[in-house]
Amino acid sequence: MRQDTNVSAEREQFAVAAPTPSGGDPAAAGVSIRGLRHAYGELEAIERLELAVPEHGVLGVVGPSGCGKSTLLELIAGLQQPSGGSVEVGGAADPADRLTRCAFMPQRDMLLPWLSAIDNAALALRNRGMRRREARAEAGRLFERFGLTGFERTRPAELSGGMRQRVAFLRTLVAGKPVLALDEPFASLDAITRAEMQGWLAAALDADPRTVVLVTHDVEEALYLCDRVAVLSARPARTVEELSAPAPRAPDRDATVTDPTFVAARERAMAALHEGSQ
Amino acid sequence: MKRWGLPLLVLAALVGLWQLAASTGALADVLGLDPILVPSPAEIARALWENRSLLAENAWVTLQEILFGFLIGFAAGLGFAFLLRPFEALRLAFHPLMVASQAIPILVLAPILVVWFGFGIGPKLAVVALICFFPIAVATADGLRSVDPEATKMMRSLDASRRQLLWRLEAPSALPFTFSGARIAITFAPIAAVFGEWVGADSGLGHLILQDNANLQTARLFAATAVLAAIALALYGLLVLAERRVVTWR
Repeated sequence: MRQDTNVSAEREQFAVAAPTPSGGDPAAAGVSIRGLRHAYGELEAIERLELAVPEHGVLGVVGPSGCGKSTLLELIAGLQQPSGGSVEVGGAADPADRLTRCAFMPQRDMLLPWLSAIDNAALALRNRGMRRREARAEAGRLFERFGLTGFERTRPAELSGGMRQRVAFLRTLVAGKPVLALDEPFASLDAITRAEMQGWLAAALDADPRTVVLVTHDVEEALYLCDRVAVLSARPARTVEELSAPAPRAPDRDATVTDPTFVAARERAMAALHEGSQ
Repeated sequence: MKRWGLPLLVLAALVGLWQLAASTGALADVLGLDPILVPSPAEIARALWENRSLLAENAWVTLQEILFGFLIGFAAGLGFAFLLRPFEALRLAFHPLMVASQAIPILVLAPILVVWFGFGIGPKLAVVALICFFPIAVATADGLRSVDPEATKMMRSLDASRRQLLWRLEAPSALPFTFSGARIAITFAPIAAVFGEWVGADSGLGHLILQDNANLQTARLFAATAVLAAIALALYGLLVLAERRVVTWR
């Protein structure tokens, strides 16, 4: 998922909106946001936001708390309509189309406590009318791939925080949509589990590439997981800076985040974050 | 032992104290009453045994009123909450009416129900159902609306239709609420049944209690009351057991 190109070429690639598939491969879907504005009544949440993610690109969005990051994800996922500007997913601006192309993963895992892990993961398939047995079989394949074998019938209450988050991510993946909108997927985890889960997510996306918009307040997480990182300002949100993550990522997470180029990128992102919070 | 020990001890102590106070005549003295009006627990137990078939007959009548009345109120409460779920404005429109209906003492309504439904089980079922309807309807309606908005967004993003949102997310979320409402309802149901019988009945524990009161058969009156309390406790216990079987995730 990470391109090993030089920064300016990558910037070029990201600046242009993803090619829009017209009746072709529905999985070919980028995200394009132009002049986006969103207000809740009097409250301006987002103003003049420009973002573009190519197909299978991974964009991190960082910004101060309450800056409208979650709103941005809901707008992309088709759960809300913007007050102004355009949000396109795979070339479609209609919220119903965005809803079909996007899978949204909320901040808390939102696993349904009365369903087993596998039935939680298979929710999207069941909603589409697939029979329980087939839906479980399909979700079960991913359980195997992502080291959750043996926990299929376990209820969420009996899973650890990291496992719950993994099941929630699988649920999002099983939906089979080209675009994933992830809202602080690891915010609720302790530092060690979070580092583990970041490595896990990177591997999961390498195995099954999707277009991803990942909201986080953790600059390091964004730089580690994403190709590019957009730093948003305090409310109303606008882009302060967009940076490329230092590629390539070392297999060892600690080696990556202590690399001088990574540290430099983190410093720059932090500076942009400070600038935007003024 | 820990769970049952202390409540049983408290009960035993109270009954023992009552026995002592009643058998020595102290209780009647304090109340300034004829001792025959203040039966001891031993006398009540004797009345319970001697009148066992009479009490059982009447308890059966009252139990049916409670059970079927509760079931009618339960079904109506669930139906009300689910049918109005898509129409929030309509639910709000009904709300003041429902609250007002709860403010009317059931003793006021019971006589007219007897006029409408006659002296059989009809008016008793109506009274019990009316009492049970409100807590179940309100609790279930609240439960259906209690779902975390984030969960709703997650379900919508996973292609859930309106109907799937209701059955896969809202209905299971509402279940614990419904049970809370049902526990309140089952506690009031025996009182409602007795009221229903007081207005017009030829059988049932409430009817028996009223008769015993008029005839100063205080021991049997207390015996009938004890049976009623036992029924109420048993039904409540059954409901709690049912809740544990159904709501397994809490």
